Amino acid sequence: MKRLAKWRLASLLALLTLVLSACSGQPYLSALQPAGAVAKKQYDLMVFSTIIMIAVIAVVAVIFIIVLVRFRRKDDKIPKQVEGNHAMEIIWTVIPILLVLVLAVPTVSAVFDFADVDAMEKKNEDGSSDALVVNVRANLYWWEFEYPNEKIVTGQELIVPTDEKVYFNLIASDVKHSFWIPAAGGKMDNNTENVNKFWLEFDSKKADPDKLFQGRCAELCGPSHALMDFKVKALPRAEFDQWVTDMQNITEPQQATTDLAQQGQEIFNQSCIGCHAVTPSNGTPADARMAPNLTNFGDRNIIAGYLEHNEENLKNWLSDPETYKPGNKMTGTYGELTPEQLDALTAYLMGLKVQGE
Amino acid sequence: MSTNAQKRGFGATLWDYLTTVDHKKIAHLYLIAGGLFFLIGGLEALFIRIQLLKPNNDFVSAGLFNELLTMHGTTMIFLAAMPLVFAIMNAVMPLQIGARDVAFPFLNSLGFWLFLFGGLFLNLSWFLDAAPNAGWTSYASLSIAQTGHGIDFYALGLQIAGLGTLIGGINFLVTIINMRAPGMTYMRMPMFTWTTFVVSALILFAFPPLTVGLFLMTFDRMFGANFFDAAMGGNTIIWEHFFWIFGHPEVYILILPAFGIFSEIFAIFSRKRLFGYSSMVFATVLIGFLGFMVWAHHMFTTGLGPIANAIFAVATMAIAVPTGIKIFNWLFTMWGGSIRFTTPMLWAVAFIPSFLMGGVTGVMLGSAAQDYQYHDTYFVVAHFHYVIVGGVVFALFAGAHLYWPKMFGTMLNEVLGKITFVLFFVGFHMTFFIQHFLGLWGMPRRVFTYLPGQGFETSNVVSSIGAFLMAAGVIVLLINVIITSVKNEKVGNDPWGDGRTLEWALSSPPPYYNFKQLPLVRGLDAYWIEKMEGKKGMTPAEPLGDIHMPNNSFIPFLISLGLFIAAFGAMYHGDEGNTWGIPVLIFGLLFTLGSMFVRSIKDDHGYHIPKEELIDDNDKGVKA
Amino acid sequence: MHVEEKMTVETWPAAPEKQTLDAKNKFLGFWLFLGGETVLFASLFATYLALKDSVPRSDMPLAKDLFEIPLVFAMTMILLTSSLTSVYAMYHMKNFNFKKMQVWLGITVILGLAFLGLEIYEFNHYVHEFGHTFTSSAFGSAFYTLVGFHGAHVAFGLLWITTLIIRNSKRGLNLYNAPKYYVASLYWHFIDVVWVFIFTVVYLMGMVG
Repeated sequence: MKRLAKWRLASLLALLTLVLSACSGQPYLSALQPAGAVAKKQYDLMVFSTIIMIAVIAVVAVIFIIVLVRFRRKDDKIPKQVEGNHAMEIIWTVIPILLVLVLAVPTVSAVFDFADVDAMEKKNEDGSSDALVVNVRANLYWWEFEYPNEKIVTGQELIVPTDEKVYFNLIASDVKHSFWIPAAGGKMDNNTENVNKFWLEFDSKKADPDKLFQGRCAELCGPSHALMDFKVKALPRAEFDQWVTDMQNITEPQQATTDLAQQGQEIFNQSCIGCHAVTPSNGTPADARMAPNLTNFGDRNIIAGYLEHNEENLKNWLSDPETYKPGNKMTGTYGELTPEQLDALTAYLMGLKVQGE
Repeated sequence: MSTNAQKRGFGATLWDYLTTVDHKKIAHLYLIAGGLFFLIGGLEALFIRIQLLKPNNDFVSAGLFNELLTMHGTTMIFLAAMPLVFAIMNAVMPLQIGARDVAFPFLNSLGFWLFLFGGLFLNLSWFLDAAPNAGWTSYASLSIAQTGHGIDFYALGLQIAGLGTLIGGINFLVTIINMRAPGMTYMRMPMFTWTTFVVSALILFAFPPLTVGLFLMTFDRMFGANFFDAAMGGNTIIWEHFFWIFGHPEVYILILPAFGIFSEIFAIFSRKRLFGYSSMVFATVLIGFLGFMVWAHHMFTTGLGPIANAIFAVATMAIAVPTGIKIFNWLFTMWGGSIRFTTPMLWAVAFIPSFLMGGVTGVMLGSAAQDYQYHDTYFVVAHFHYVIVGGVVFALFAGAHLYWPKMFGTMLNEVLGKITFVLFFVGFHMTFFIQHFLGLWGMPRRVFTYLPGQGFETSNVVSSIGAFLMAAGVIVLLINVIITSVKNEKVGNDPWGDGRTLEWALSSPPPYYNFKQLPLVRGLDAYWIEKMEGKKGMTPAEPLGDIHMPNNSFIPFLISLGLFIAAFGAMYHGDEGNTWGIPVLIFGLLFTLGSMFVRSIKDDHGYHIPKEELIDDNDKGVKA
Repeated sequence: MHVEEKMTVETWPAAPEKQTLDAKNKFLGFWLFLGGETVLFASLFATYLALKDSVPRSDMPLAKDLFEIPLVFAMTMILLTSSLTSVYAMYHMKNFNFKKMQVWLGITVILGLAFLGLEIYEFNHYVHEFGHTFTSSAFGSAFYTLVGFHGAHVAFGLLWITTLIIRNSKRGLNLYNAPKYYVASLYWHFIDVVWVFIFTVVYLMGMVG
């Protein structure tokens, strides 16, 4: 008997997995294709609760169908007036209580697990921690990622090591946002008044260098809320360390190498550098960092958070940011750019790379 | 005096409705106003679905989209669902308990006019400035940061409308406690009256936090206060708490009357008494109570900490238990019954699987660790539309068909009613089922567009087509209403044939004084008991005597108008160079106070319908 | 039946505020309204506690710098006494002594005015001596909103009771206006209870820091 029950459960699970995988979305974006410990645990909870719920639905469905088929009005007789049935009422009170309890235990345990950030609180003498910490500052409509231990800042593209816990400090500088990388795990809000902390993990087997994980803002924050995306590049630890070193090595703005790019750099230094830094140091206070840090812009995979990384998109974005991100803070902060200036700026920005080819 | 029988001109009818304090006419007003707002909110929903029909669509701009989604939510909850629920409560509850009217007829009218003026104020934002655009939740950091007057319309409009609702809640509570007919104990009250009772208590305790939250927002935006400005020491989480301490009970305020309506329908059309009546009452009260304990499940990702999240998660999941009790009780009300599939019954039957779907996703959302994934995605959008449309809107359609004869004396066409049902039911599931998956695949809610190639295209097309089917269903209902009104074929007391509760013992529509003699209630389903004993109507509990009636009054309209005027002053006074804002604000408030003063010092004892006239009425065939 | 019927001490019932259905409804409805008001003030208290001493600059005054017990204690005593005088008024109402009821209500109004006067002085003091205003900090906003809401309730109560005194001065007590007096006095007690909480939570707890 027991074996039969097990077999039934297994086949039910198999069926469910089949159904779910048939409609489980894009691997870089879907909560149904977990690519990390948090997302995996959440996915397992989803499956577990879905099974319970399907069982409940099945019971109701059976009674429902019987009722609708058997008790349709056939004659004008008055049916017996039943007050109730205590035994049955107790059954359908107690069983749901048990089901809720069964679901409550893993829920509560997972809640505490996801909130366990002790490792980032353990500070060494110099104030740094052994765990990898990223300060995520959300702004209308861009993301800043600061690595306080490594003392570097980047934006729009989060770079993390795989297969280890990455700890996040979340805050917003203007209005409330919410930090969400569906494939890696659930979201947490960037509040304006306090820092929220949580951790995520990125599975090396699921990380695809050609299709970076997609992150997004999950809290309505204004017109361009829908476009407030970012990318997550998950690298093996060694490559990540290399990237950190490459970034740290840039202490002065990189000099443009071609004539065109040099013209671009001049324009940049006149019109853009007031908001956009091109060195990764986190020395400037956070509220003076008014726009994404562009130190490694040339290495990135997206422009303005969501556009494909190519020169045409960059020129479009620079010449008319309002069309591409309504309500953004860059519109109108610099004059109209001529096609020549656009070419120059593009050449300069695309040349801002920290990683050797 | 028997004015109800006379034909009158349009002007006189209009004046009558502007001044009426009769709960049955106020029900008409709520139905018309709520119905109108329902159409507006529906139109906004259609625009949203057209915009999302394809990726990178530019049917509306990003800014306008945020206004549409905000106004859709706000309108549907505050200006459509609430008043429509109030319409049915007003039309039915006093009849169900055998009362002459509600406890405070004057306040009943005041509640309606406050709601209407608040709703008008909110919707004027479309024409005067820009509509509010921070979502129906209007989270503080975003709403404080908005320039223009959109959010001001939200804060002031809801303040006025919310006041009306609060007044309505107190009124219903007193009515049910003090004015039940002789013999109607609490445990003999019809289920719909019970839900009205619990809901009114919820309103009483849930609306004040909203009032305070809206005041804080008003002060911050219009009078320089700093409640939500982090740079000045403020804290936006306060708004989240107040909004949800109100907002969560609010969804039970909407769904419990829906449960009440379905309880009546299952009993009537199964010709069977409600199964497990006492456990249904218990479950209703328990849901109402738990409704106040779970608000923070809307804030699982806000960062309240694991302890708070764990407690609120378990409390939330616990609500599944009383709700489950209800589902099974309804199923077993039908079990062994003699089911007739009228239009109201179709809605009720369809409600069970639809609502169950919303219920199970509710438990999944309540499980906090999973909710981190679901929160603010289309999964949540799907969930709450399953409970609010699959529960509340289904109940409102069902209730409208069921009580149309009691409200207007005519029956809606059954064939058209069933067409409405099929279109809407299919459209509803098409629209929202697929949205569960959109959320899981990574589509956040409240996005004005999405990019191609993420696998969202087909599902959004399906969803949008469903929305149009729902719209078609509503149009058929409107046609039905027009045809029915033009034909104007009056029906008798108990047009469905199987009425069980007191309202079916009265003519359709009932005379303006309801029961000529208060009825004697001998058990649950009072009218059914008499019918089973072969009697035609209720046994009176008192001899025929004069009936005391309240006078009509125009003052409620004026009190509400004053606040409406004051709101304009409050909103515009901070504009550059504005000189008239403060005077208008003061004038409006004085206008309201003055109207209250007149009401206070002018004695209004109402009037009496003499006994003789009631005997006359008998001859005209108005039975009571 | 006729609520405005002239009554005598002999025919005056023991509970004149609950004789008719309308009166019973008013009585119950008002209690429920006070329930809602309680939640309203609870929300304001919560806001105040959340934002207490929450100021943008360290040189701004905090609760412990602002409040002076003697003034607030005097206000508390005045308001508590006014609650007592309204009890006297209701006592005379039950005994059908219209004149005395009016007099005691008049004293209640005067005490209420004195309270309001002191409150205005207090606010004025904070604004001019400390620069603690409605717009200076979140703490200021929360303080003035909580205490000001109470003050507005006092002002409304004064208008209400005064209206009752004047409106009925010529016609004496009857079963129509007895419930009106009764709920007005209930309202006045409620305001008093709220003040006791304000005194404790805002002022006493503010003194200890």
